[in-house]
Amino acid sequence: MRNVWIICRKELGSYFVSPIAYLLLTMFAVIFGFFFWNMLGIFVVEGMEMQMRGQVYPMNINEQVIRPLLMNAGVIGLFFIPMITMRLFAEEKRTGTIELLATSPIRDLEIIIGKWLAALLLYCCLLLFTALNFAFLFRYGNPDWKPLAMGYLGLLLQAGALLAIGTFISTLTKNQIIAGAATFGVELLLWVIGWVGEYETSGWARGFSYMSITSHFESFGRGVLDSKDAVFYIAAIFLGLFLTARSMESLRWRS
Amino acid sequence: MISVKELTKRYAGIIAVNQISFDVAKGQIVGFLGPNGAGKTTTMRMLTCFLPPSAGTATVAGFDILEQPIEVKKRIGYLPETPPIYPEMETAEYLKFVGKLKGLSGAELRKRIDYVCERCAVGDVKTKLLGKLSKGYRQRVGLAQAIIHNPEVLFLDEPTAGLDPKQINETRDLIKGLAGDHTIVLSTHILPEVEQTCEQVIIINQGKLVATDSVRNLQSRARGAESVLVEVAGRNGSLEVPAVQRKLEQVSGVGRVVCKQQVDSRALFEIESQKGRMARGDLARAVVESGWDLNELRPAAMSLEEIFLQLTKSESAATETAKKESE
Ligand SMILES: Nc1ncnc2c1ncn2[C@@H]1O[C@H](COP(=O)(O)OP(=O)(O)OP(=O)(O)O)[C@@H](O)[C@H]1O
Ligand SMILES: [Mg+2]
Repeated sequence: MRNVWIICRKELGSYFVSPIAYLLLTMFAVIFGFFFWNMLGIFVVEGMEMQMRGQVYPMNINEQVIRPLLMNAGVIGLFFIPMITMRLFAEEKRTGTIELLATSPIRDLEIIIGKWLAALLLYCCLLLFTALNFAFLFRYGNPDWKPLAMGYLGLLLQAGALLAIGTFISTLTKNQIIAGAATFGVELLLWVIGWVGEYETSGWARGFSYMSITSHFESFGRGVLDSKDAVFYIAAIFLGLFLTARSMESLRWRS
Repeated sequence: MISVKELTKRYAGIIAVNQISFDVAKGQIVGFLGPNGAGKTTTMRMLTCFLPPSAGTATVAGFDILEQPIEVKKRIGYLPETPPIYPEMETAEYLKFVGKLKGLSGAELRKRIDYVCERCAVGDVKTKLLGKLSKGYRQRVGLAQAIIHNPEVLFLDEPTAGLDPKQINETRDLIKGLAGDHTIVLSTHILPEVEQTCEQVIIINQGKLVATDSVRNLQSRARGAESVLVEVAGRNGSLEVPAVQRKLEQVSGVGRVVCKQQVDSRALFEIESQKGRMARGDLARAVVESGWDLNELRPAAMSLEEIFLQLTKSESAATETAKKESE
């Protein structure tokens, strides 16, 4: 446990001394902010139009603003996660520092979890910016906080799974760009693969949409904790980290 | 302290290390020699548990590298070919990180950081970014990193590469100073370094062990014939080299005489003879009686360089003839 923390601290350090962390934070804040004010604008205009027409439809800020925004945050994260994970192992392999880690009295798994945890913590920092936007809603409105909390839990689980996949891909190459591009490709595929479920209902289509990372987020977005979906994400995290461990072992065989 | 048994490493297509076995006693400094691509780095990587061997095994500090790698790793320090530094860290921060990785903490860690900074002369760059250090300073930080936890066994892959002459001397002294409590294996291309620092030499070539012995034994073993160096000077400002050569050749027991260099009226000759057949007194008398001055007469120790070339050459020649025979 101590070793995990040592590695994690070191990784966080190198994220935050280089411009990468600040670049990601700024870009994420700008893009999410744009989505937020857009969504809010639509919500306000719709509300006014309804009043003008004299209709009183129940307007629900949770359903109409928060839930789609959380979905969006997940998708934006998809674009940022490869940039977080691509350097984790590729960089160490390129500069040879992996020789230091691998000849120190510390287990492979501790290295892997330390790195993955650092990536997850950086992602949490990104999410903190979304929380600032939501704080604004609480200041001027009265949304329900429980679905929001559940949504964040879902976002974290989803990111954990995607980060684990990215960590695995980073062990396969010495080249950060390749690691990043491959991670992005795989994650994009895991997102769009669920779309087949919208027009097909046969077995393979259900299998595909089950594999889709984003389809499991829906229940969290609605504020429901569905154990099936939580189990999916946790299993994906374990699988990703397990593959990373296997890859690290065989990496020594090959390198 | 280190015991290697038939260690082998195969990469796709080539055998980088081929069944090498050797032992290193506690407290010794061993020089690991071989031409480029001989398999030195590969062997070190296997002994430090970075690469698993394809066959064979070894024990380091009393633990098997395959069975108990963590125990081995606790007791070794390793300086890889390229110093494993993080360019975005400062020197002190980096040493602290490595120290923690090796299991140090608190006051002991601080003490060790100060100690290695002083020993490896990196105190003046403590707050500099590693990425901005010169090659030599990176090497020093790499060395500091390897000894931070006071390991029993040290593996140093070309520790003096990129250092300036003063620092090379200091590093050699440092390495010598560490011997005794520490067992040290160092690979290098600089042969005088081995002669100066190491007690034992392991020579490998094309993945095979060629020789393992003490430096002195190797020297006497490689010298089948005995040779002496003689410096002769003419008395009146001139010297006829061929005449001296002829005269020396007439001395009994002398085989070949070669003039190595000539400056003004002085000339240096290397005289080869069969072992034990040559009387140095006869040589001296021959020179003086002919009216020349004898400036110097000393045995020509074969340099490690020559031994090295001889051993690695004969090895590859042997494999070549073996190849021809099999054809
Ligand atoms: N990852 C690898 N894949 C394939 N072959 C390799 C690999 N690493 C090393 N080799 C080969 O193994 C052999 C031994 O290499 P090694 O690096 O151990 O040599 P060395 O003795 O350290 O040489 P140098 O003096 O140049 O450092 C070489 O022929 C090299 O090409
Ligand atoms: Mg080498």
